[in-house]
Amino acid sequence: MLYAISMSQQPYLVVDRVAKHFGQFQAVRDATFNVNRGEFVCLLGPSGCGKTTLLRMIAGLETMSGGRIIQDGREISNLPPTQRDFGIVFQSYALFPNLTVFDNVGYGLHGRGKSAGEIAARVDELLTLVGLPGEAKKYPAQISGGQQQRVALARALAISPGLLLLDEPLSALDARVRVYLRHEIRALQHRLGVTTIMVTHDQEEALTMADRIAVMNAGRIEQYDTPARIYAAPATPFVADFVGTTNFLKAKMLAPGRIVSGGVEIDAPTPDGANPGSDLRICVRPEDVMVRGVGDGTPNRVDVTVEELVFMGAFSRARLAGPGGMSISADFSANLLRDHSIAAGARIKVALPAERLRVFAG
Amino acid sequence: MAATGFLFVALVLPLAMLFEKSFRDHDGKFVGLANFERYFGTPSLVASLWNTLWVSLLATCIVVPIAFVYAYAIRRTTMPGRGVFRALGLVPILAPSLLPAIALIYLFGNQGFARFLLFGEPVYGPIGIVIAQVYYCFPHAFLILSTALAIADRRHYEAAEVLGAGRIRVFLTVTLPGVKYGVVSAFFVVFTMVATDFGIPKVIGGRFNVLATDVYKQVIGQQNFEMGAVVGMVLLLPAAIAFAADRWVARRQVALLSARAVPFEPQKRRGRDMALLAFCGLIAACILVVLGVSFWASLIQYWPYNLSISLRNYAFTNADASGWSSYFNTLAMAVCVATIGCSVISFGAWLVDKTRGAEFLRGLVHLLAMIPLAVPGLVLGIAYIFFFNSPRNPFGFIYGTLAILVLNTIAHFYTVAHLTSLQALKQLDPEFESVSASLKVSVWRTAWRVTLPVSSPALLDVWFYMFVNAMTTVSAVIFLYGPYTKLASVAIVNMDEAGFTAAAAAMGCTIVATSAAAKVLHSLLAAWLGRRTQAWRAR
Ligand SMILES: Nc1ncnc2c1ncn2[C@@H]1O[C@H](COP(=O)(O)OP(=O)(O)O)[C@@H](O)[C@H]1O
Ligand SMILES: [Mg+2]
Repeated sequence: MLYAISMSQQPYLVVDRVAKHFGQFQAVRDATFNVNRGEFVCLLGPSGCGKTTLLRMIAGLETMSGGRIIQDGREISNLPPTQRDFGIVFQSYALFPNLTVFDNVGYGLHGRGKSAGEIAARVDELLTLVGLPGEAKKYPAQISGGQQQRVALARALAISPGLLLLDEPLSALDARVRVYLRHEIRALQHRLGVTTIMVTHDQEEALTMADRIAVMNAGRIEQYDTPARIYAAPATPFVADFVGTTNFLKAKMLAPGRIVSGGVEIDAPTPDGANPGSDLRICVRPEDVMVRGVGDGTPNRVDVTVEELVFMGAFSRARLAGPGGMSISADFSANLLRDHSIAAGARIKVALPAERLRVFAG
Repeated sequence: MAATGFLFVALVLPLAMLFEKSFRDHDGKFVGLANFERYFGTPSLVASLWNTLWVSLLATCIVVPIAFVYAYAIRRTTMPGRGVFRALGLVPILAPSLLPAIALIYLFGNQGFARFLLFGEPVYGPIGIVIAQVYYCFPHAFLILSTALAIADRRHYEAAEVLGAGRIRVFLTVTLPGVKYGVVSAFFVVFTMVATDFGIPKVIGGRFNVLATDVYKQVIGQQNFEMGAVVGMVLLLPAAIAFAADRWVARRQVALLSARAVPFEPQKRRGRDMALLAFCGLIAACILVVLGVSFWASLIQYWPYNLSISLRNYAFTNADASGWSSYFNTLAMAVCVATIGCSVISFGAWLVDKTRGAEFLRGLVHLLAMIPLAVPGLVLGIAYIFFFNSPRNPFGFIYGTLAILVLNTIAHFYTVAHLTSLQALKQLDPEFESVSASLKVSVWRTAWRVTLPVSSPALLDVWFYMFVNAMTTVSAVIFLYGPYTKLASVAIVNMDEAGFTAAAAAMGCTIVATSAAAKVLHSLLAAWLGRRTQAWRAR
């Protein structure tokens, strides 16, 4: 990867071809990505894909089988966790049950030449920061899950780490609290400007919180990009499938930029290396299926029958049957349904806009 | 690593030495299986092997069903007084095995007042051994079965009931399969305890020989160490088989209880509850009678001629030259065993659970920690004679001191203490150490500030477990005490041998009183600790 070699743009963290074996099993393969100072990066992927392992290697809690990690210009690949500069929040929070909220937050502040008064002031400041003033005397078991989560965050931030690591910090919480805390954490991170890496298997969480997302699958990083690009231009079928919902349509290449699916000829960006006649897969998001203004002359037009309409609140999801056994899911707003009199059994014309299609070999 | 070193010196090397010794002759020449051939060629020795087997089997077959019904009544019914019965069921643990044997002599001996119950059969021999063993092993079987019966998923019972299964069918298809492992485990544990116990056959066995008394005779009486080693190896066999079988069953036992199980709530059923109350009352009464008889025996002047009550039997100097000093030796040893053992063992468990790297060493410690469960105290005792008596051993100087008794007793009771500590540690979040590392706080500080306080109830349990066991143990230490380190349990054997049965009973009662006091102290401390930590444990 080429980066402008100027001090200000030098990435804060460089993860370079990092690998991890557990015996024969490869948990992480050649993971490479950079994190800029102050950036919020999510490691996103299904359970068991190696996210936690990668995060733990960055923390030094797990040894690396290969590759190197450079933090703030210093190679830390072989340093023990105590000699690295990070704070961490675990999925379980790992709060010390026998210590009060105050003592938990202040745990890392002792033995650093601070007076008791300074420690108390810092703990108060942190508790205010995470929105828990007045809970200092309670024990972890006496506060809610969301509050425990924030105590764990305050404890990790207490030593002003250069890097904040979060391992599924919200997964143990109720859906409502989770959504609320997403914004809280993001706002806090912005305010402090602390470089942050968060592990999650929840794509919505990653899309709403991250500056950049590394989508992982089976130990490999499949794509590392901004949320918008990950969503709009998935680099692999896995990313397309894992992030958001998508339709996969079988197709064959006719010529560069021209493919056929279910007997319908379609304009689409064909992948490099594909030849006329190769098997392809088209990815199209349900919300990108176009109905408005589709006429006989519209490019990439498909005639379909509405097989089923499922009401989903703000929109309805339609199952459309096209020629040659083609089956497409499409999201239609209530407005659209009304304007075009779409109902189950209706025959309609839709278009698959070329600029919204991703085509993969397959 | 310290824990490995400890286990090697206190366990592995002595046992290896015993093993080696059984293949050498008196002069240390290697003779292959000759000792074993001689053993199996001696009819009297083979007879005691046979005796051991059938007596153990009989006692086991009596005690396991009784303990099962007793535990069932406490865990699965609404019988009144379950708490009291639970406490009473554990009473025999407080006494050395010698005490019930002595009480039986008063009850059924040549001049026993309940002699007629045996229809002229002598209590000395298999009858006495079996009864005393049933008494002595009962609480152990009860504890195992009680634990097994404690966990049950109500939904299994509801499902069976909805499907129209009768009570007997529910018992056979739901209750029994759920506790199968507990029953098998209780069976093996009791069998091993009976087969390897030394105190009871010594006191009440008469001319009836078993393996445990053979070892004693060969080693202490005839100084025939080679043959002692062979018998020790033979004695190791049932315990090792039981141990292996136990592991095997444990592995096949599928977890019946998922995290979402609904706890079983026993229903009131008058007829059943009353029948069980009668049964448990009878058992508890037997337990108390035996204890009461021992106490009473320790107070009467001269059975059966002078029944006046006095404390004269407690002036032990009349019966045994070491007098009260043996009691204080035991007390000192028990405190040392509990304190040192608790520290060493919990530290070892901490190393196994909390340290990174040295996978092999950690695995080894854990494996070695399991061995004492399969090694009878008697065998460990002779192994120590060989090992620490050897002129080449740099630790030889501890022979005959209190230190060897402490070391031996810690090793003997290592397993349960290790498992208890380990379980307590496993309940802590495994990321505590990672959090500390990220905060640049040393593992020691976290151990001190968090791990130790949080696991203090388990440490307390371990301390008292070691203490009570050290108070009552006899089988290993009988080979290892020196002129100045005679223990109370050894004094009981000696006084009984010399005909001072009342003084022996008095010493036994002193031990029971001490263990009981320790138990009470334990509950008080546990309650105090519970109150102190209530703040953060409370939800
Ligand atoms: N200590 C270990 N030994 C062996 N396999 C491990 C170990 N830790 C993790 N794994 C395996 O590595 C894979 C990735 O684990 P993890 O990083 O925890 O996944 P994620 O956090 O993405 O769910 C999993 O298949 C897991 O079983
Ligand atoms: Mg994970």
